[in-house]
This record gives sequence, structure tokens and C-alpha cells, in this order.
Amino acid sequence: MLRDITLGQYYQTDSVIHKLDPRVKLVATICFIVSLFVVKSWVGYVVAAVFLAVMIKLSNVPFKYMVKGMKAIVFILLITVVFNLFLTPGETLVSVWRLRITKEGLQLAVMMAVRLSFLIVGSSVMTLTTTPNSLTDGMEKLMKPLKIFKVPVHEVAMMMSIALRFIPILLEETDKIMKAQIARGADFESGNLVRKAKAMVPLLVPLFISAFRRANDLAMAMEARCYRGGEHRTKMKPLKYAARDRAAYGVLAAYFALCILIRIYL
Amino acid sequence: MSIILDHVNYVYGGDTALAVHALKDINLVIPDGQFIGLIGHTGSGKSTLVQHLNGLLKPTEGSIYYNGEDIHASDYDKKKLRSKVGLVFQYPEHQLFEIDVFSDVCFGPKNLGLSRKETELRAYAALKQVGLQDEYFYQSPFDLSGGQKRRVAIAGVLAMKPDVLILDEPTAGLDPRGRDEILDQIAKLKEETGITVILVSHSMEDVAKYVERIIVMNRGSVMYDGAPKEVFAHYRELEEVGLAAPQVTYIMRALRESGMPVAADATTIGEARDEILKALGKE
Amino acid sequence: MGIIRTEKLVFEYIRRDEEGNVEGITRAVDEVDLDVKQGDFVAILGHNGSGKSTLAKHINAILYPTEGAVWVDGMDTQDESRLWDIRQEAGMVFQNPDNQIIGQVVEEDVGFGPENMGVPTEEIWARVEESLKAVGMYEYRKYSPNKLSGGQKQRVSIAGVIAMHPKCIILDEPTAMLDPNGRKEVVRAVRALNDVEGITIVLITHYMEEIIHANRVFVMDQGRIAMQGTPREIFSQVERLKELRLDVPQVTLLAYELKKSGVDLPDGILTAEELVRALTQVYHGQNDINVITDPGTEEPPRRDRSDVFGLGGNL
Repeated sequence: MLRDITLGQYYQTDSVIHKLDPRVKLVATICFIVSLFVVKSWVGYVVAAVFLAVMIKLSNVPFKYMVKGMKAIVFILLITVVFNLFLTPGETLVSVWRLRITKEGLQLAVMMAVRLSFLIVGSSVMTLTTTPNSLTDGMEKLMKPLKIFKVPVHEVAMMMSIALRFIPILLEETDKIMKAQIARGADFESGNLVRKAKAMVPLLVPLFISAFRRANDLAMAMEARCYRGGEHRTKMKPLKYAARDRAAYGVLAAYFALCILIRIYL
Repeated sequence: MSIILDHVNYVYGGDTALAVHALKDINLVIPDGQFIGLIGHTGSGKSTLVQHLNGLLKPTEGSIYYNGEDIHASDYDKKKLRSKVGLVFQYPEHQLFEIDVFSDVCFGPKNLGLSRKETELRAYAALKQVGLQDEYFYQSPFDLSGGQKRRVAIAGVLAMKPDVLILDEPTAGLDPRGRDEILDQIAKLKEETGITVILVSHSMEDVAKYVERIIVMNRGSVMYDGAPKEVFAHYRELEEVGLAAPQVTYIMRALRESGMPVAADATTIGEARDEILKALGKE
Repeated sequence: MGIIRTEKLVFEYIRRDEEGNVEGITRAVDEVDLDVKQGDFVAILGHNGSGKSTLAKHINAILYPTEGAVWVDGMDTQDESRLWDIRQEAGMVFQNPDNQIIGQVVEEDVGFGPENMGVPTEEIWARVEESLKAVGMYEYRKYSPNKLSGGQKQRVSIAGVIAMHPKCIILDEPTAMLDPNGRKEVVRAVRALNDVEGITIVLITHYMEEIIHANRVFVMDQGRIAMQGTPREIFSQVERLKELRLDVPQVTLLAYELKKSGVDLPDGILTAEELVRALTQVYHGQNDINVITDPGTEEPPRRDRSDVFGLGGNL
């Protein structure tokens, strides 16, 4: 049931992209997303598409697997397209009843669809090739400078990685409680929205109680193992840049520069 | 009136390489009024099996009949089935959610669409059946002790007046006295109401004292099915799959092998004591 | 002075009603004196709510005494400057295997303690390897904890504690949520740590079969120590144990029942071998057949599986 969600879940295989330092992948993903908004011409999108295609190829993750993850966001994509298509003023192409499709609207809709799907595929390349753990490690290290502004970088990273560890456990628990309540005649499916919302109470109350109990236990277990925040802490797997990471930064810089040039000259 | 499982197979993980064959060709008849122990270690398929009995899981292949009707027929009323085949999950106290004990037990009958009066009558009767004192009825279920919470959760299922009561590891995490109390209560309930009871457990010693039939599950198949004495006679095979007959079985075998004229098939302490006393001529 | 010592330890907590008003005070631990020597295997028994877990949490400085004091290796647990030393020396394993594993990969979880202590990276790796090997979980180092059985998860938790190089380990009902196989695995790992590494063990449980190998047993009831002694001394008092909401292994219970019916048996029988030997002696003695010269011949068969045999597969 709930365990079938695969959007952006880590895909275990061996590839250059998998081996890259998570910081490189984080920076690259941000750069790629920004580049999608930098370029405004079709040439730019072609360049972005080529860049993305090469990354997917290098990642060794089957393209089919990536598309499967896309299914979850098809709905959002459709809404965006529809809104842009009908609500952009300009030169009318087709007019049905009170709805008009304009030339500008069509252009914008296609552009948004391309941007959005590139954005999602681009970020899923990162999540598919990086374990959640090294991702949080990378974030922690990248955001370290923010500590000056009293941002609790380590704590946030720790919370994220604990959340990731407990998601499967809580999903399983949800499944179990749901079944237990169904066995007592509960009905989670039929009825209108209000009834459905009401039907969630027997599921959510036990789930929250359990989550709090687990949080409490975990905090105690962490303290018992000498956890006292980020200070004095060493790392079992410290992040270190290798030659391949520096090369990757080079490629990234070249791509980004190209995007800016396209924006200026084309 | 019975439950029949006909060539039931269950595979999860679907079409992927990770598919797990959790149940393999299960054929069972569970007649009315039996007291059954379903034994197997973690991952043997026993929990998966019981979730089939009330239609929570649908077999990949095969059929399940309750009172002669296929429970997965399109016009079959699953909700009614679930009230007739009551399933108490492992650590059932984790499903409690109401503000007081009594309301929580009312949840089941209320879902069946019964009148308020009938709902409350049933809740009251169920709480009495599990031996909970009146003083706890209007307390928050979360303020009770572990054993009491578990009783409330069992009452929550009993209040639906099931004909078959399935309990998945009802004693997990309880201390020895708590365990005996719950099991004694279930045995008493069985005696008074005559309903079918299926006790899922990984402890032979716990169930040997109570049940009349033992079904041993291993790797998704039924390994043994019979009276406790018959099943425990295979103690060597049981040991090989990580289960063990009650300690007394071993003692009686060893005594016999060293020349004492005792019947080796005693399964409870009482039986063993009587046998030994007889052999020693003290009876 | 022993590695763990408590003196007149009292712990009280205040019960409050929904509005936060004080309803009353509960004394969870009541004047407990404990003295555990380095290298001991101590078991603390008691029914649910007897105060045994509360007592355990004092040793790791998770709870502090209301009255009295607790010393770990000579350090007073109320001395805040020694807090981290105490937690490093007295490691703790909890009941629920899911709620104490922090890492998403087995090896990372085991490294969590040393990371917190500021151990250098290379040494963390060495410690992780050695700890996982000590509990027989080294091949699972790259696994996600969610893919392990309950017994395996608890062994990982134990490894996580060993990696901090503690002098003693307190296990708070580590087997309560496991099946018989998982319980066996965990108890075996704990015994090995005590035998081989000489780590002091405090095992809290309500399963009687698990304490047979302890050299000292404390039974708790209503926050107090109700009984103490060797396992044999404890098991010879079946009636008293029943009063304390505990039971005894089937062998001991059978021996007790037989004694009550007038069979002449020694006190506190722990294993099936002992009972079988004693009974055959009685039987053959009655029938005037003198075969009890060499106890070796009286051993029941299948001696190679003596652990399974002796404990009826429950441990």
C-alpha cells in the first residue's frame, strides 16, 4: 500500500555519479535548477536536455525507473499546463466557449512543462544516486557557514537523518494500525470528505502516540550513547573531495557558463 | 459452520525479483468451537495466515470459505465477516485511541451500526469477559498498566461478538503472571462461550496447557497439524526448524531412555508429575 | 568498591492529574543497596512495574536519585562533570530494538557512540569492526537495520555499546520483544561478552531461563530488593517467586511439584539433566538396582546439544 511510493528513492548500482561527493551533487542540482530559469530560448533547453541526458546515462539508473517516479507528479504537471494554456492573455489561436488558447499561452505552457519535468528528473538523479545519509552529511557540511548566523545546522541534519530512518517503521506501523482498526469494523474508504476525515482519528491518535513514544525512547538511547550535539563530534565517514569531484565541478561550471552565454547572446 | 482454506497461496512483492512466497498451498479446516494453537517462529507465515481468515489479505491463489461462502466473492459482506472472525493483533494496546476505556471498546460494535444501547451492553459484557474491574471503565486507556491495556484491546474485539477469536501473540511483552492471567482468561472465555479460539504463539509451552489442536507453520507451509501429543512427538524435527517441544517432553523422553517406565508423551507439568509418581509407586 | 554501587537509592516521581496538580508521589525505587563487582554477571528480575527498569536508568545517569547515591567505577552519577565518562563506562541496551538504532546502515549505527565521544576516524572503523565481530553481526555491516530480525537488531544495539569500550553493560529487558530464537541469540552474545571480554553485565529480565548463568540474582518487588542469591538459591524458593508474580522454568517447577508429592529430590534444580539424574537415582534406588556409580553413564543422550536440552529450547 503505502510502501509502494518510489519517488526519488535511492537506487543501488555502481556509477560515476554514485561515487561523487554528495556536496557536488547538491551544488550541481541547485545549479541545474537555476539554469532552467536562466535560459529562455529553445537552444537553452536543448543544452539543458543534453546535460540531463548525459547525467542520466552516467548514473546507470534505468530511465524507466525514473519515469515511474514521475507518475506521482503528473497531476501537478497537468494543472500547471492547463492554467498556463488558458489563462495567459495574448494573440488568440483557438477559442472554445469562453476559453481561449493564446500563442503566448501555448508557449508558456510548453515551457513550464519542460521546466517542471526537467526540474523533477534533475533532482531525482540526485536522490536516486545518493543515500539519504550522505545527502544529509553533504547538506550539513555545505551549510556549515550558516552556523555564524546561529542556524543549528548539525541538529537539522541529525533530525533529517532520523526522520529518514523512521519513515519505513512508521509506514509499517500505519499499515498495522489501519488493519487492526479495519478488523474492528472501521471504514477508511467510503463516505464523504468529512466522514473520511473523521475515520482517520482511530488511525492518527495511535500513530501519534507511538511516534512520541519512539521519539522519547530514541532520545534516551542517544543520550545513553553520549550524544551531546555537534560539538566534539568526529565522523566515521568524513567527506573528502577527490579528483573526480573537482573534475565534476569543472564540468558544472562550464555548463553554467554556457547557459549564461546563451541567455546573453541568443 | 467452519472456516475452510483451499489451496491458499500468498505472494507479496508482486512482479519484482523480491517477491516473497509467504504462504504455500495451505489447506485447513477450522471447525466450530475448537481451541487451536498456531505455532511458528517469526517469518513462518503465521501472522500472514491469520490475516487471511478475516479477509484483510486476499490470497494470490486459492479460496477461503466461511460457513460455506467464498469470502472473496464480489457480493460477500466483508464487514460482517470481520465482526464474526475477530482478530486481535500483536501488541493490540497500540490501537487504543479513545478518551476512556469504555468508549474504546464501543468502537467495534458502533462500526457495525448497532443501536447505542446494544453497543453499550456489548462493551460492558466484553469488559467483564476480560476481567477488567468497573473502576477502570472511565479512565483513559493510556493510564492503565500493560496487562490491563491489553485486556481492553481484546475486549474491543470481543464486543463485536465474534464466533471465531484469533489472538496474535497475546502474551508478547507481558511478565509471567500477566501472561498466565491473559491465557487463563482466554481459556475461561472459551469454556463459557464455546467460540472458536486460535492462539498464535511461538511458545509451545504456553499453548500446550490450553489447546486441543496445534498447527505448526514453517516457511509458509503447514508442517504439523494435530493434537499436542502427536505434534510434540516430532520434537527432533521441531528443534531443527528452531522450535522446541515443552521442556517436560524432553525430560520424559530422557527418563524413559534411562529405564523408568513412564509414558513419554506427557506435555504439561501436571501430566508429567502424575506419570513420574506412578512410576515411583507413590500414587 | 565494586564497579556499580548504590546506597539507599530512592527514586520518587510525582503523579499529576490533567491540570498538572500533584496527585501523589510514587516511590519507584525504595532504598536499594547494590554492589556489583568487576566481571560479574548480575541478573535483576521482577515483574512489570517492580522498579527494575527505573533502577537500571540510574546506573547510566539517565535518572538521578531522589535520595541516596549511585557510583559507577567510583564516580558519583550526580557529579555532572563526570556525566559523559559514566555514560561511556556504563553502556545501556534498551527493550525496543527499533527505538534505539539511530543509523540507517548497521556500521554507521555502531559508529554513533564513538563519533559522539570524538574518537578519531580510523579508530572508529577499527572499533566498529571489532564490536560487530564480537556479536557475530560483521557480515551484516552494510545492511539497513530495517531488514534485520529482532534478535539481530538487538545484537547491533549491543555492538553499538561495545564500540564505546564500556566496563559494564546494562541491558534493560533486551529480550522482552523477541521470539525464542532472538532471545537465544541475544543471551548467547551477552554471555560471550562476559566470559570472553570480561565485561560486567547487568541483565534485567522477567524470563527466568535467562538468568541461569548469572552469578548473582536480585529479585525486585515494589521498588525493593525482595530476594537475592545465586540462581540455585533463588529457584529453590518456588512459592516466594510465585508471590512476586514470577515463575520458574518448567524443570524446576516439575521438581518442586514432585518434592511436594513426597519424592526425595535436592533443592533448586536448574537443568533437565539434573532432574533426570536425580529421578533415575530415586527410581533405581527404590528398585535396588545399583547403577549409580558413574554419573557419566546416567547422562541423557544428545549431550552435544546440552544448551537446548537443559533449557528446553527456551533460551
